Amino acid sequence: MRVSVLIALCWSLPLISVSATAADANKLTLTGSSTVAPLALDLGKRFEKLNPGIRVDVQAGGSSRGLADARAGLADMGMVSRALKPEESDLSSYVLALDGITIILHKSNPVKALSNEQIVAIYTGQISNWKTVGGKDLPITVVNKAEGRSTLELFLQYFKLKSPDVKAQVVIGDNQQGIKTVSGNPGAIGYVSIGAAEFEEEDGTPIKLLPINGVAATVANVRNRSFPLSRPLVLVTRAPATGLTKRFIGFAQSRHVYDLIQDQFFVPVAH
Amino acid sequence: MSPSHTEVWLSRSLWLLASSAVALLLLIFLFLINESRLAVVDAHWLRFFNSPGWFPSAGQFNLWPMLLATVLATVGALALAVPMGLAAALFVSFFAPAPLATTFRRLLMLLAGIPSVVYGLWGLTVLVPLITRVAPPGASLLAAMLILAVMILPTVALTSEAALRTVPVNYWRGGQALGLSAQAILLKIALPAARTGIVAGVLLATTRALGETMAVLMVAGNVVQVPGSIFDSVRVLTANIALEMAYATDAHRASLYVSSLMLTLVVVAIVLLGRRLEAKQ
Repeated sequence: MRVSVLIALCWSLPLISVSATAADANKLTLTGSSTVAPLALDLGKRFEKLNPGIRVDVQAGGSSRGLADARAGLADMGMVSRALKPEESDLSSYVLALDGITIILHKSNPVKALSNEQIVAIYTGQISNWKTVGGKDLPITVVNKAEGRSTLELFLQYFKLKSPDVKAQVVIGDNQQGIKTVSGNPGAIGYVSIGAAEFEEEDGTPIKLLPINGVAATVANVRNRSFPLSRPLVLVTRAPATGLTKRFIGFAQSRHVYDLIQDQFFVPVAH
Repeated sequence: MSPSHTEVWLSRSLWLLASSAVALLLLIFLFLINESRLAVVDAHWLRFFNSPGWFPSAGQFNLWPMLLATVLATVGALALAVPMGLAAALFVSFFAPAPLATTFRRLLMLLAGIPSVVYGLWGLTVLVPLITRVAPPGASLLAAMLILAVMILPTVALTSEAALRTVPVNYWRGGQALGLSAQAILLKIALPAARTGIVAGVLLATTRALGETMAVLMVAGNVVQVPGSIFDSVRVLTANIALEMAYATDAHRASLYVSSLMLTLVVVAIVLLGRRLEAKQ
């Protein structure tokens, strides 16, 4: 991983430092979604390194703050972790990456698919044994994400649940912990980023990814936007981007940052 | 007789170092209080104990289940580690032949030096699946107690062993001369004589268990609830901070500082209690 970062750095260094001489301002401010913020921080750090003298300031505060700040001109770019609504079309938007999550089970679990209603019933504690949904006679261990995590937010939003409705047996922090918890418990059900789960499954970790609404959970399906439980991560600007902002967006959508996007288990978009 | 130049220099620099350590502690305390303030300005502090649950997004901030879980996990770990640690110390000090004692001591030191995240990973991939076979979900208060016990065992054993080593050999010989059994000498003479050092070691182990984050975060399950049994999943205060701090804003963030403050107060209370115990002796 570290080697690939280095290679990407060396490769993009001469390209971008040449164009860096024509800086029109030396500070960029991004505010908004806490999902996008860690990625924006990484992008900012690399952008600063490639463009000496430029400062990239990232502040998290939710997608609505990102939209409001971009519209009011308080930030050069707003970070938004959902598709824009029609009434928000006054802003220019630039997709950075896609984020998809899916349900994972232990590999030994014979259940092949779950309907949305079954998933909701399991997560609210109405179904507590796998035999109810056609599996073995085994108690279900519900694995949920900790409060504040964006995956939790997306999951709750898609299944129209509220945080206190979820009756979990295990609460986890990051994707890795979720995958380790499910792979060590034959009765567990959890949800994690598709990028992380697909990588681990190919690596031989005993988990399996369930389809959502009949669509297979693969990075490819997230990329072609057919996977339902996914969302775009977007940068918005008040007017079509110019100058330094435009350069930053160009950099953030380029192939040189795919490693940063994948480090966060998001899916890069081909532009 | 005036103190030498070196003495003055030494005492001044020691004074400086000691006072900066104290100042640092005070600064941390003030910082915690200052950051926690935000969580209490718009609501009563009692909400940390009487909210229906811990759902920061819904404005519910009940810390009580996590405080209880922290104390329970620590007490459970001590109940396992103190007898085992003491037994190990007694064995090394009085019964083991010299080469075995040295090897044993080295192993304990090695055990004390393993980073907590390694214990956590082992717990998550070995211990939790084992407990799952008996009582799912596996990630539980029991797992937290066991991991913490393994982690603090070397601390208890090494400090107790050091304390026992300071007991004069004459005490042992005196006991033998009086015709006491080995058991009586150990329990009635050696242990009481080494008591201060042993208590200090147990205190050190207690604070380590209270403050442990990563290992517990990985095995305890982290559901905010008052556990009905040791097989139930629990969340400790430190795990709560680690899980949510990166994503918390405003009142949520401030209430995480309240968790830190509460943990600090628990540690202060335990240290004071330890002083009491020593003073009584």
